[in-house]
Amino acid sequence: MNKIIKYVLLDIVKSRIIIAYTVFLLLLSIGLFNLGGSPDKGILSLLNLVLLTVPLISIVFATTHFYNSYEFIELLVAQPINRTKIFMSEYLGVAFSLSAAFIVGVGIPVIIFSPGLTGLYLVLTGVFITFIFVAMAFLASVITRDKAKGIGIALLLWFYFALIYDGIVLFILYAFGDYPLEYATLAMTALNPIDLGRIIVLLNLDVSALMGYTGALYKSIFGSVWGIATAFGLLMLWALIPVLSSRRIFSKRDL
Amino acid sequence: MKNPNKQIFLLAHILALLLMGHTAFSATLKVCKTCTYTSVKQAVQKAKPGDTVLIDGGTYQESGIEINKPLRLIGQNNPVIDSNYKGQIITITVDDVTVDGLTLKNIATSYIRDDAAIRVFRASNVHILNNTILNTYYGIYLQNSEKITIKDNVVKGENTGKTESALGNAIHLYYTDEVEISGNNVQGHRDGIYLEVVKNSKVHRNSSLNNQRYGLHFMFSNGNTYTNNIFRHNGAGVAVMYTDDVLMEHNTFEDNWGAAAYGLLLKDIRDSVIRNNIFKRNTTAIYMESSSRLDIKNNDFERNGWAIKLMTTCVDDTFRLNNFTGNSFDVSTNGTSQLNHFENNYWEKYTGYDLDKNGVGDVPYRPVSLYAMLVERVPPSVMLMRSFMVDLLDNMEKVLPSIIPENLVDEKPLMKRIKHDNDKELAQVLRQTTSAAGRER
Repeated sequence: MNKIIKYVLLDIVKSRIIIAYTVFLLLLSIGLFNLGGSPDKGILSLLNLVLLTVPLISIVFATTHFYNSYEFIELLVAQPINRTKIFMSEYLGVAFSLSAAFIVGVGIPVIIFSPGLTGLYLVLTGVFITFIFVAMAFLASVITRDKAKGIGIALLLWFYFALIYDGIVLFILYAFGDYPLEYATLAMTALNPIDLGRIIVLLNLDVSALMGYTGALYKSIFGSVWGIATAFGLLMLWALIPVLSSRRIFSKRDL
Repeated sequence: MKNPNKQIFLLAHILALLLMGHTAFSATLKVCKTCTYTSVKQAVQKAKPGDTVLIDGGTYQESGIEINKPLRLIGQNNPVIDSNYKGQIITITVDDVTVDGLTLKNIATSYIRDDAAIRVFRASNVHILNNTILNTYYGIYLQNSEKITIKDNVVKGENTGKTESALGNAIHLYYTDEVEISGNNVQGHRDGIYLEVVKNSKVHRNSSLNNQRYGLHFMFSNGNTYTNNIFRHNGAGVAVMYTDDVLMEHNTFEDNWGAAAYGLLLKDIRDSVIRNNIFKRNTTAIYMESSSRLDIKNNDFERNGWAIKLMTTCVDDTFRLNNFTGNSFDVSTNGTSQLNHFENNYWEKYTGYDLDKNGVGDVPYRPVSLYAMLVERVPPSVMLMRSFMVDLLDNMEKVLPSIIPENLVDEKPLMKRIKHDNDKELAQVLRQTTSAAGRER
């Protein structure tokens, strides 16, 4: 398995896209920190970047990678190697390389310009989101053999989680505004990894505005060690569910 | 009257007599462990009107000292009067009394009597200076009095683990006029400074910190001035209610954080001026309800959750030359009708341009965002703060306003942050532009 991961990583590095991604993140983070003035503002701008571009690039890159290495996968399947092993190696190879790019591109500027707990949460959230969206990309890829369709599904997933979902939540909140929605909102947040990540970082930043009655409630939930642990646990779940289900599909499917 | 020498001699004689008379009539009674008087109460009882009771250093276990004749009660070398939770320490029921330099402590919560360290009852011309009041129910309690000076006192209470009703106010005024409260430091009580039906008074240079409820609280108190005070870390900030004609200048409202915390809560305030104040890191810097004809000018709003929550019951309020920087929401409101005026403020979030370079933006700014309205209506939607979707909706709404109040708009937003120290130049520019605009018409 380690050997396959190694080959996958080599393949990815050779394509140079990952290096371009690293440089892009690095330049953007350094630029945002220098532009924003205060480190808090830098973190805030970075948060928007992490929540919008990182899922997009992760999901598109992973999908195209999966389809591009289809022949390699077919070759491996012909060998006496367990299918789940092949699949997990592919997944981990892509996820590791993308998160490494993220850690170098965002983590290092954060350590330099704004070290602290909030920065740590930001980087952790980014890494989790990378793992989650690579998993979703693989799910999209194993569902269909058609590359165009696969990328379509992947983009749709991104669109749903990054944009549409919040719109739906807003609509629900607006429509049911007369009811106590505190816990319902909490549940709805847990159903979107991007929202979850945003709130983990935000509760450490924009505290004052969130401090109204609801804010205080959320702060008491997410502010504690248990709350943060639960939030990251949920993110972990968000990565595990698509990975495991796509692995299942992959190992049973007719290639 | 022909001999000027004689006149001068006579004058000197009278003067000398007066001085001697003064020393003869007003004695100084000293209180210490080895003096004739070993307790304050004893000395006060023996003293004649106009005397001075000088209390030397040491601890006196006393309570219920009643001052019913004009006296000067002066502490020397930090004397401490400890009531041992046995009730009120000093009660003043007569005019012309001074209490200076004492430390008073330990008064238990008393729901019926409202025990205070110093109570002034139906008196005038009383001076309470340089005292330290520790761990009491009420600190200084004035009722039905006038012309009182409360200066440079420290009133510190213990409010950890106590409920609001088990706490008293540090400085409490009820039906009292012409009071000067200055340079006091009040902490750890229910309200720092509480004024009810107080008129023509000045509250300045005080700091009010860590109080359970409000740093400053006044009701039905017209014609008062509040300047250069600091209100920090109070449970719910500063509350002013049912009052006309108030002047609030150069105050600092800081770090009033919590589920229901305000920097400044205005309810039923009319014809008042709020100028040159600093609002920093409050959950809500100013919350306004049923307040009209207020002049809110030259204030700085920095890094608050909400800078201004303006309820639709407010009419004819003017917001001019304020700075709004780093607030999560600049202005939020609960309805679409708006009868207030915003002009020449600096909004950090403003993205317009200034083609003629006169320092005033060419595009009007609407400080209320769609999302702010939504949060006002459905509080749980704070969860979506800084979501991409929310930014998108806000920007769409800015281009084509349909839900946000159309009249809540700053037609002449400033391009640069106002430096309130030297804004004379800017005022000049503004005057020129407005007069130019007038001519065009």
